[in-house]
Amino acid sequence: MDGKYGVGIDIGSTCAKTVIIDSEGMIVWKDLRPTGWSSVDTAEAIRKDLPPEIRNNEKTRFVATGYGRVSVPFADKCVTEISCHAKGAVKLFGLRDLNVIDIGGQDTKLIVIRGGAVTEFIMNDKCSAGTGRFLEVMANTLSVSPAAMCRMAEQGNETRISSLCTVFAESEVINLIGMGTPRENIAWAIVDSIVQKVKTQAGKIRLEKEPLCLTGGLCDFSYVQKKLEIVFGRDVLTTPDARFAGALGAAEYAVLSG
Amino acid sequence: MADYVKMWENLGMDLESHDMLCQVLPTAVGDVFMTQENRPKAMDFWDLVISEVHGIRPAELIEEQKKGRKVFGTFCVFVPDEVIIAADGIVTGLCGGSQFWVPGGEEVLPKNTCPLIKASVGARLGRTCPFFRIADVYVGETTCDGKKKAYEILGQDVPMYIMDVPQMKRPKDILKWKEEIAEFAEKVEEITGNKLSADKLKEAIRIVNEKRKAMKRVYDARKSVCLPISGRDTLLMTQISFFDDPERCAKMCNRLADELEQRIKDGVSVVPEGTKRILVTGTPLAVPNWKLHNIIETSGAVVVCEEMCTGTRYFENLVDDSGETLDDLYMALSERYMKNNCACFTPNPGRIDDIIRLAKEYKADGVIDCSLKFCGLYDIEKKSVAEALKAEGIPVLSLETDYEDSDAGQLRTRIEAFVEMLNG
Repeated sequence: MDGKYGVGIDIGSTCAKTVIIDSEGMIVWKDLRPTGWSSVDTAEAIRKDLPPEIRNNEKTRFVATGYGRVSVPFADKCVTEISCHAKGAVKLFGLRDLNVIDIGGQDTKLIVIRGGAVTEFIMNDKCSAGTGRFLEVMANTLSVSPAAMCRMAEQGNETRISSLCTVFAESEVINLIGMGTPRENIAWAIVDSIVQKVKTQAGKIRLEKEPLCLTGGLCDFSYVQKKLEIVFGRDVLTTPDARFAGALGAAEYAVLSG
Repeated sequence: MADYVKMWENLGMDLESHDMLCQVLPTAVGDVFMTQENRPKAMDFWDLVISEVHGIRPAELIEEQKKGRKVFGTFCVFVPDEVIIAADGIVTGLCGGSQFWVPGGEEVLPKNTCPLIKASVGARLGRTCPFFRIADVYVGETTCDGKKKAYEILGQDVPMYIMDVPQMKRPKDILKWKEEIAEFAEKVEEITGNKLSADKLKEAIRIVNEKRKAMKRVYDARKSVCLPISGRDTLLMTQISFFDDPERCAKMCNRLADELEQRIKDGVSVVPEGTKRILVTGTPLAVPNWKLHNIIETSGAVVVCEEMCTGTRYFENLVDDSGETLDDLYMALSERYMKNNCACFTPNPGRIDDIIRLAKEYKADGVIDCSLKFCGLYDIEKKSVAEALKAEGIPVLSLETDYEDSDAGQLRTRIEAFVEMLNG
């Protein structure tokens, strides 16, 4: 143990995740908070909350990732969320060959990892269809939390919304509400729309037989995991720390940096 | 900057709106080009042209018009410049590459039309581009549905001539394109008032071939591991070549190539050793669209080749000038132009062969296949391009974008991640 720490800060569109690892790679601290309206302020607040002995240690290295990675003024380096999620997932799942499905706040990524390195990736285009934001907007329309909506969906029956656009899909949901469709069925349709979108994206990339691993904010919702297993026709692995995959990967890059 | 206000006024331009366009361009040029270090000195020519892009060349064109010469505005690399030059006409590019013109285009076109078409139409209807004002006639072509229909709208405002590009590459299609060229030649004779002859056409073929060879020399220098020029600078050279006099263009490209070849001998590179080399392919990058190159080259990689109409498709393959009759020469033109592997053809295996060949020739570490939003042809072809490249073991990133800056962050994330992946 040389007393060096790696701090990985993943500023996502919805949540900011922080992981600190020691030089042995053990997680010694983690933090999750809303990104809020200012990435710079959030990054500064995180820095203040770090354990002082780590924050003030000159051997500590900081790596920022996520869409707000350029808004972390004290970062030694920025690395994209693709590389960080991949590195974090390799560690979290203990696999060298795997595929990562990351459903984040504003984008959904599929990452093919072979021999511990990224070989291919795809991200959704500019629109928010099939992302955490989509789920959040729809849950709002149904006046429930995203978690409650996922539980509700489990009780629902097959219902479809056809629009991929969040704005149009919202009007479709409002239409379903107007027709008296049970909330459970609407919730079913919303989750279905997200996983179908992920499946469509997967058509453009070579996942092969390697395990599918879910990271990102939706990994807490077991129903999303279950639905992904249904559309992909195979197991989808996840772990409670999977939403920290990007921050963990960033922390590993930090330890590796000079 | 020289005072061109009078000229713009005489062209019937919307000066107030044009002023706004003129204000944003220098900033863009400064950000994209002047921030680069160690640029070739011979870029001074294109720096000057772009700094007065709506002044220098338009003024020249107007002078030539005063002598009775006609200016043909074109949108596509399928229009045979040789025929126009042989009849003492002048060719100028017309494509629009700025978001500035898009809203104007959207006033008359559906929103889900590609930005290149929307910008071109917006530039004409908004009266903010001198080239669109100067051209005596526009020459369109049937390379996509969006353009075909947009030309009908433009045709209400300006004289339009449309060439019917075949959709396949069978022998009868090459014959058909030859006939299109022959018919176009008659039209050109009528507009210019000058009769074509085999000798005149041979001379024009020679002029355009020389321009192609000169551009190829610049591109060939990019094959060197010691990279003497950035992708941004080469793109600017290529973009301006659509507007310039072909003989001056050849001279300037050769002057640049001389310097680049010397740089290679002297070991002068514009990037550190090991910088990942990217081949870009896809839809054209009309001036002043530098977004993709700028993001790639500020994300730790460098562009070494463009398999695009604003790239290799513009200068690859020479026209055989050995024919003795106009008919022979029209056939030679058709054969050369029909070698262009635009996604408008079906099937289009030649483009994939080109991309793989160029990736190897230019020692590319990866390929970025980028199409303009709503270009169905190139978008659909991405799948076969990606599969073929993966089978060759060449990493590929497929992207879609438009002229807006709003997706710059998302593009940067993808491109940086791709570069990180290439760096291992």
